[in-house]
Amino acid sequence: MTTDFDVIVLGGGPAGVNAALAAAAAGLKVALFDENTAAGGQVYRAPVYATRSSAVDHQTEHPTDHPTEQPGDALRRELAQSAVITYFNHVVWAVTADYRVDAAGPGGPMHCTGRALIVATGTTERVVPFDGWATPGVIGLAAATILLKSQGILPGRSTLVAGCGPLLAAVAAKTIEGGGKVEAIADIAGLGDWGRTLPAMMSRPDLMREGFHWWREISRAGVPILSRHTIVKVEQVHDGLRATLAPCDTAGRPVSGKRRNVVADCIAVGHGLTPSTEITRLLRAQHRYSRQAGGWIAVADQDGRTSRARLYVAGDGAGIAGAAAASLHGTLAGLACAIDLGSTDTQRRSPVPAAREAHAKAARFGRSMAQLMALRPGHIDSIGPQTIVCRCEDVTRGEIDAACDAGAHDVNQLKAWTRCGMGPCQGRTCGDIAAELLAARAHGGSRERAGCFSARTPLRPMTVEALTGNFSYDDIPIPTAAPL
Amino acid sequence: MLNDETMRIDNSGRATTVWFFFDGQPASARVGESVAAALFASGTKTLRASPRERSPRGMFCLMGSCQECLVMVDGCRVLACRTTVADGMRVEKTPEAGNDD
Repeated sequence: MTTDFDVIVLGGGPAGVNAALAAAAAGLKVALFDENTAAGGQVYRAPVYATRSSAVDHQTEHPTDHPTEQPGDALRRELAQSAVITYFNHVVWAVTADYRVDAAGPGGPMHCTGRALIVATGTTERVVPFDGWATPGVIGLAAATILLKSQGILPGRSTLVAGCGPLLAAVAAKTIEGGGKVEAIADIAGLGDWGRTLPAMMSRPDLMREGFHWWREISRAGVPILSRHTIVKVEQVHDGLRATLAPCDTAGRPVSGKRRNVVADCIAVGHGLTPSTEITRLLRAQHRYSRQAGGWIAVADQDGRTSRARLYVAGDGAGIAGAAAASLHGTLAGLACAIDLGSTDTQRRSPVPAAREAHAKAARFGRSMAQLMALRPGHIDSIGPQTIVCRCEDVTRGEIDAACDAGAHDVNQLKAWTRCGMGPCQGRTCGDIAAELLAARAHGGSRERAGCFSARTPLRPMTVEALTGNFSYDDIPIPTAAPL
Repeated sequence: MLNDETMRIDNSGRATTVWFFFDGQPASARVGESVAAALFASGTKTLRASPRERSPRGMFCLMGSCQECLVMVDGCRVLACRTTVADGMRVEKTPEAGNDD
């Protein structure tokens, strides 16, 4: 069967772009899809406004010499100079077993086929629900980084930063740098948790320096840092949002002790990242649950080969290991794909061992950061019975618990009984939490037995117009009626 | 109300201001900003009501995943976080987000 492309890469973050570049360099015909307007993914997202550095890009031969170049500019430039055919602004809504990709783009619906598929779809942010988490003004930590880095907007005049992981420091520091006020940082992790990341941090002095720069910025601004504290409630008050913070144990479970109230006009909260695996689940590749990796991930070898022929995963979507590791993992997946499709010679295989070594080193750092963000087993204990778990359908924890007690033994059964996960987000927001609740209540904590929401097409909610495109009813042929 | 100017970082390097409308009310944005970010910066945080409890909802993930920022632009349902503001654009709440039930 002839296909439009040798390889179709889904996702234009560091993993997807490097996979596409490696495959194209090996002589393969490569297409790359992303729903954003430019490559970079979440971590290297391009600013939406013109900056001096991007103006320089167009004018000079060696823009990398310019110190104000944004992270990701080099990635975008390399992609633009490659033979990779890019489809930005395209929402992929279906992928079939013969590697046909259907997408909706600015020019309407389109589709193409590939001999191989590299899935580099990154992650979604996990937010463990608390009372009032659906109140407008409560946003994800990842959302706050997009506001700050890409949109050039502060999350609030005053912001509370809460949750866990390195994004806490990044969001707080960038808010302060941008002229905003951070009311407090509530970190579920304790100093000991951060201390355990030190050996891995030593391996990346550059990133360690960046981290220390953030914390220096934060301490200079006098921001109170509440270690081992978690948000238990947010209420709308006349001058903003009032959050109640409680001390918690190492498992993230709120414990008795002094509750503190913090008022801010934005609350940025996040509890780690979960790999986006809709596409590999849709294609029925084997998956396994790994709390350290962020959740369910496709079973894959070190170069990203899944259980399914010519299907590869790369980057954080294959298990959280951070942007640096994602770039190298992308290269490995692109090379693996080129080798498997027989379009590269042994000379081209030589970069593989070096890339594997570099990836292992980068992943060691990324995984130590991921440790700080892994879902803690006691964290869901803080979710009250009246708290909404599924935002789309307003399904509370009490309703989920009642369904578990009535015999729901799998998340898909839970979904059918309660509508949890049945709304427009398709379970991306609540799926990890609903499964954790069910596993804790019905299966002694076994996420394997609680299962995972079935992936379905369309992979994103689509309007009928986006699928049909523009057409005239007059152009639809009307068959002549058979004679009576 | 939040002062629009205090929410934007490094105004000097920013592109020109454009005006758009949310439910008939004028709001400003810099060229390139998403509808969701521009409304958030101007203090408009509630974009819709949840279908079951009708509780107020707004921008949450800002990356096209959570679907909380669904609005109408030119009669079409779009995510405010994936839609770039255009001068004179008319953004409305979705019909089901009103108080018509």
